[in-house]
Amino acid sequence: MNDSGIWSWETAWDVLPDLLNGLQITVLATVVGMVIASILGLVIALAMRARSRWITMPLRFVSDFIRMTPLLVQLVFVNLLFVQVPSLAIGCIVLGIHYATYMSEVYRAGIESVPKGQWEAATALNMAPGRTWRAVILPQAIRNTLPGLGNYAISMFKETPFLFAISVVEMFSEAQSYGANTFSYIEPLTMVGLLFLIVSYPTSLLVRRMEIRLA
Amino acid sequence: MTTSTGTAPAIEFRDVVKRFGDNVVLDGLNFSVPQGQRITLIGPSGSGKTTILRLLMTLEELSGGLILIDGDPYTHEYKGDKWVAVPEKRRRVVRKRVGMVFQQFNLFPNMSVLENIIESPVHVLGKAKDEAIADAERLLDKVGMPEKRDFQTNQLSGGQQQRVAIARALAMDPEILLLDEVTSALDPEIVADVLDVLREIADTTDITMLLVTHEMQFAREVSDRVLMFDKGQIVEEADPETMFTNPRHDRTKAFLKAVLG
Repeated sequence: MNDSGIWSWETAWDVLPDLLNGLQITVLATVVGMVIASILGLVIALAMRARSRWITMPLRFVSDFIRMTPLLVQLVFVNLLFVQVPSLAIGCIVLGIHYATYMSEVYRAGIESVPKGQWEAATALNMAPGRTWRAVILPQAIRNTLPGLGNYAISMFKETPFLFAISVVEMFSEAQSYGANTFSYIEPLTMVGLLFLIVSYPTSLLVRRMEIRLA
Repeated sequence: MTTSTGTAPAIEFRDVVKRFGDNVVLDGLNFSVPQGQRITLIGPSGSGKTTILRLLMTLEELSGGLILIDGDPYTHEYKGDKWVAVPEKRRRVVRKRVGMVFQQFNLFPNMSVLENIIESPVHVLGKAKDEAIADAERLLDKVGMPEKRDFQTNQLSGGQQQRVAIARALAMDPEILLLDEVTSALDPEIVADVLDVLREIADTTDITMLLVTHEMQFAREVSDRVLMFDKGQIVEEADPETMFTNPRHDRTKAFLKAVLG
């Protein structure tokens, strides 16, 4: 094999269907992970505004802990803790929680970017705190967080190969197993890189356009 | 606890103290505003005028003293001889009587003009939505922009935004309206539009109004009484005619000379 040199188009063509299967899992993990991260991140950001230190201190500790330890270690560790849970579910949840700690910072900044006058107008109109959040503050804050959300989605997408470590059959793992069976690694891995690029790059352009529009 | 009797002043400040850190803005201020009166607060910047409005809207917390609305405790009260904050739930009840228009308009940019106006009538006063919409349309008519009902706020000029903000405040049917330098952020040529709207409200309603403004001519036309502030104290108090033509206090003379030229 590979007698025609370092690259064989035939091999590349041959592995593509496997990779596209893997890509579906990769995208699925990213989408589910992002949904978890967006919701949990908002919950963390709101909880961090609590007056009581009994809420904010432990929460800060846990999010710092998650941010300061590698995603790979978290995946393997949690996978060992819950052996009966499917790896893909573990992967999505760990990705989601890991990124939630970052997303909470994006939300925090978004909430703080809402001018003080908006809060004051809400008070002057005698709005209840819950209604002020839902109708005035969050719609404006979340609009400001959309580019950040997009950037983290791309970044999470690029980190999904870690799921390989807990034997989720995503794109990278498809490439590895193809290589193990055929001893051709160059083509599958190159294709994986290209497929990541093909998805990430347009997404990043979209995010940039969003940033410009919101600026 | 006194209850609303109609004879109690609309607004009463009793020994009100407000400090920001070491900076004492109001130091034992006393004054009251009878029902339906229009009062203009004038004075150099930093004299505490805006702070008075912000305290009345509970955007700032008192450092001492009491504010009563229609004789009802609003921000603080004495329990025995202990000075305590009125719980938010009771504040909300009293706060319904107070409305405010801001220098920077503070419309909600995520809502249309109509949504801005009906938000609180529906969600705070519990009005039916179509009733709130009908009221909002009437108010938009009154401020002279019925055709802007479904516009986004960023499609409006400053003067138009301020007129919507006035309609939004009126939609809550306040007994007391606080106007905090409402024309200061506007281009000179549209100030007149906003003042016309306010003049009409002054002429056609009996809302108690407290205004901080640099528009002395306007203050002279609409106010029943003018209070001159300096360093958190009322240095002079008079009807507008006397205040603007024949001020007694040196500080007032100097201030009016500076603003009127």
